Amino acid sequence: MSLLLFDAMLCALLLMLALSSMLSRQLVDAIILYIAFGLLMALAWARLAAPDLALAEAAIGAGLTGALCFTALARQGLHAAGPKLSRQQRFWPGLFVLIMLTGLLLSLLQLQVQSGPLPAAVATQLDNSGVSHPVTAVLLNFRSWDTFMELVVLLSALLGTLKVTPPLTQRGNWALSRSWSQLLAPIVIFLAGYVLWAGASQPGGAFQAGALLAAGAVVLRLNKQLNWLHWQNGWVRLLTVIGLLVFSLVAIVAWLLPVIPAKPVWLGWPPAVAGAIILLIETFASIAIGITLTLLVVAEPANHPAVITHQRTEEGAHG
Amino acid sequence: MAELIGSGILYYLTSAGLIAIGVYGFITGPEILRRILALNIISAGIFMLMIVLAYRGGANPAITTDATILVDPILHALVLTGLVVAVSTTAFALALLARAKRHADASEQP
Repeated sequence: MSLLLFDAMLCALLLMLALSSMLSRQLVDAIILYIAFGLLMALAWARLAAPDLALAEAAIGAGLTGALCFTALARQGLHAAGPKLSRQQRFWPGLFVLIMLTGLLLSLLQLQVQSGPLPAAVATQLDNSGVSHPVTAVLLNFRSWDTFMELVVLLSALLGTLKVTPPLTQRGNWALSRSWSQLLAPIVIFLAGYVLWAGASQPGGAFQAGALLAAGAVVLRLNKQLNWLHWQNGWVRLLTVIGLLVFSLVAIVAWLLPVIPAKPVWLGWPPAVAGAIILLIETFASIAIGITLTLLVVAEPANHPAVITHQRTEEGAHG
Repeated sequence: MAELIGSGILYYLTSAGLIAIGVYGFITGPEILRRILALNIISAGIFMLMIVLAYRGGANPAITTDATILVDPILHALVLTGLVVAVSTTAFALALLARAKRHADASEQP
């Protein structure tokens, strides 16, 4: 009963935060409400028995997306208000959405939920996967194509972002936040390492560790620490591709050197060494994910090496 | 498991509501940045739907580790991939937005 109450509160809060984020007058409010929404989403994942997602959502959904949106907002002026909508402009979309929602609910409530054959297949093959946590086994062994292509998506998003972003003007930093961020850095690195290691048997793994690393690095980067972390640095470029590089190298080696019983499968690991392979890939993948996500947030275009502008003159005129 | 029959429907309703709110914001939202936020809310709703399905569909005793709850790990893995893809698309969309804004500003001032 008390759990039902908790669920009801959580769902009501989620809906209210999402709605008020969409309806709020100012964009700043919308983003802050969205960050709160992301944090509560993490709570909902934990309630729905998805702790992996809760870890990732707390770092990515709430943290990085919020930082991204604030960076974008800083580019277009903090209090730029959009045009106000008339009643008619609100009515027709509202009607459309209500009709859509009714149809969606009708179809959802008819849904017969039965477990397909795949969870059982995962359960029987788990011993051959090299790890004991089923989500990690699916991500890096049974469906490693997904993870491989995901790294490709991240990399191409980064390349596109670096190509189109105009230079970000950085403001002067603040001594308190700088010293705080220095205090935070070792803790974040330690936590990321722990989450990565725990991924083999418990919730955790490369994405969560990468997202944590990125969150720490973004805080430091915005406080003008980590000055080596920009796209001009060749080592940073290497780090962004190292996840894909190690992944493909390991896949080629595992393909060319088949261990006795089965015929080689592309991106399939021999059970004897699967645990070590997964740990190797995860380590480099989380470094690559962390660096890529950091660069996505604090993107600096290719031909403006870390421009720091002291005064923005058009700021007052525009706002 | 038994106590989530009621809550399962609750989370179904929430996911449908989030999708609807996101679509509304996507249609009306006057600023492009708010539309990008709306896309994120839609994806949150879809992910929640998948996770509720994973919660109810995982009637498989061998998956559980601490004998607590049975879930479908494949849907969890797909959503985890989806989260990272969503944040990278958001970043790219915001970069395009910043570029478009710069162009608009440049054409405003002769």
